[in-house]
Amino acid sequence: MVAPSLSLAYRARSLLRLETLAFPTAAAVLFLLPLVLPEFYVYFAALVLVTGLFATSLNLVLGYGGMYQFHHAVFYGAGAYAFALMLAKAHAPLWPAFLFAPLVSAMLGLLIGAICVRLSKLYFGMLQLSLGSLVWAVVFRWYSFTGGGDGLHEIPLPDAISTTRGAYYLTAVVVLICMVLLYRIVNSPFGKIFQAIRDNPQRSEAIGVDIRLHQLKGEVLAAFFAGIAGALYVVVEGSVVPDMMFWTASMEVMVMCLLGGWYTFLGPLFGAAVILGLRTFAGIYTDHWPLILGIILMAVILFFPEGVLGLLLRRANSKMELSTETEPE
Amino acid sequence: MLKVDGIDTYYGLGHILHSVSLTVKRGEIVCLLGRNGAGKTTTMRSIMGLTPPRRGSILFKGEPILGVKPFRISRKGIGFVPDSREVFADLSIEENLEISERRFEGRVFWDREKAYELFPALKKICSRKAGCLSGGERQMLTIARALATNPDFLLLDEPTEGLAPLVVAMLVEKIAELRSFGLTVLLAEQNQKVALGLSDRAYIIDNGAIRWHGAVGELRENEAVRKKYLLV
Repeated sequence: MVAPSLSLAYRARSLLRLETLAFPTAAAVLFLLPLVLPEFYVYFAALVLVTGLFATSLNLVLGYGGMYQFHHAVFYGAGAYAFALMLAKAHAPLWPAFLFAPLVSAMLGLLIGAICVRLSKLYFGMLQLSLGSLVWAVVFRWYSFTGGGDGLHEIPLPDAISTTRGAYYLTAVVVLICMVLLYRIVNSPFGKIFQAIRDNPQRSEAIGVDIRLHQLKGEVLAAFFAGIAGALYVVVEGSVVPDMMFWTASMEVMVMCLLGGWYTFLGPLFGAAVILGLRTFAGIYTDHWPLILGIILMAVILFFPEGVLGLLLRRANSKMELSTETEPE
Repeated sequence: MLKVDGIDTYYGLGHILHSVSLTVKRGEIVCLLGRNGAGKTTTMRSIMGLTPPRRGSILFKGEPILGVKPFRISRKGIGFVPDSREVFADLSIEENLEISERRFEGRVFWDREKAYELFPALKKICSRKAGCLSGGERQMLTIARALATNPDFLLLDEPTEGLAPLVVAMLVEKIAELRSFGLTVLLAEQNQKVALGLSDRAYIIDNGAIRWHGAVGELRENEAVRKKYLLV
């Protein structure tokens, strides 16, 4: 048995090694993937990254913040529409359009958040769902501007990103940067206060935390990153449809978080990969692929409610604790 | 420093506090004694704004704080140590203290390091998850967390409840030490021995109303009052 200080220092060193290694490793893998994969899988990987970023942005408020964000897809859709409209209707250059998208989502997040954070738990969720549905209805009905139910297709993209591999590389770089930023946010004092509010709002208030303001900031941040994911979706798919901001899309992304693990950082990305994989590959054989998803979900809820990645991390942590106890001085 | 004047607090339709009044002067340790369910915790929560009273007034440093949000009351300089020893279980000790610090607001006396000086045992295990702590360690953390908010007035709600005698003795020593730092304390307690040993003055609460108040010495000698309101 080693002294606690040594054990803690060892754990800190291990974590540091893990984090400093993770970024270059992920970057290298993402860079090499298109060189070895066929085009369809490159497209699929880009879609997983986009959806994973979308799910991680939801997890910031849902998993870490404990906010019942029932309609997160509205911010994803707002980013996608803002980007598509800037390119297709305003004929703006790529980067201003790309910056405009998350700003629109963040503004929408500020507006909806300012109304919703006055309430908590289910009431917050129901109001958020209603306001999100209202935005969807406007997009769905405003045919002359948004293309209504048909959406917008053949968005003019610069040549460099109009190919599958070009779109993939842009997506990979942006998602990687966003994931690093989100990781920093989650592990910053801001993120820790968010977790404290989730655990006990009253105690958080008693230590001087302005809960509403903090939740509003979180809502705006989550909407901002969802907006980036929305813009990337347009880059990957070349089109945008109102279904991506319908309430069922929000439920689907919640299932991704649940499947991967609420309280883990990479869980939602993992959940996104599983669900998109099921839809794409099981969907080839049967239209009833949600049945398989349902069975998997039941198993997750019954046997490892902290999600697949949550379970794996818990096991890895307990193994690490055991190994630190036997580490020689 | 604190003047509570005739507050009435309700939980839904239940009338819990009946015109409760008390005062605490700067530098004093005042205890609020009473049996289980007498209204001690509700009084503390009322002062902190977590269960706002419907009537009466509360002045802190001469400023009305009734109806003020709890986070603003905390920022005015009142630290609250709840009775349930609830910590932020998913965060480490260090993170619990880090998020409580108010370094950027005015004069800072108490911060994380100062709290560690008072409880060195916490420093040694600062990266441990708060959910994995023992009862005594949790209580140290809740007091340290309240101190990290840089208060000049501390509400301590039954800090020794359910703890081993050795831990109680250590906590009593630390609470007494707080006075030397100029902190004013309102201490709610069931444990007469602890409360009377620490305090200058005492209030006795029963069925949601203040029944007696005076110097601790007077209470020690007044067996009739202690028998009537404090014995089970």
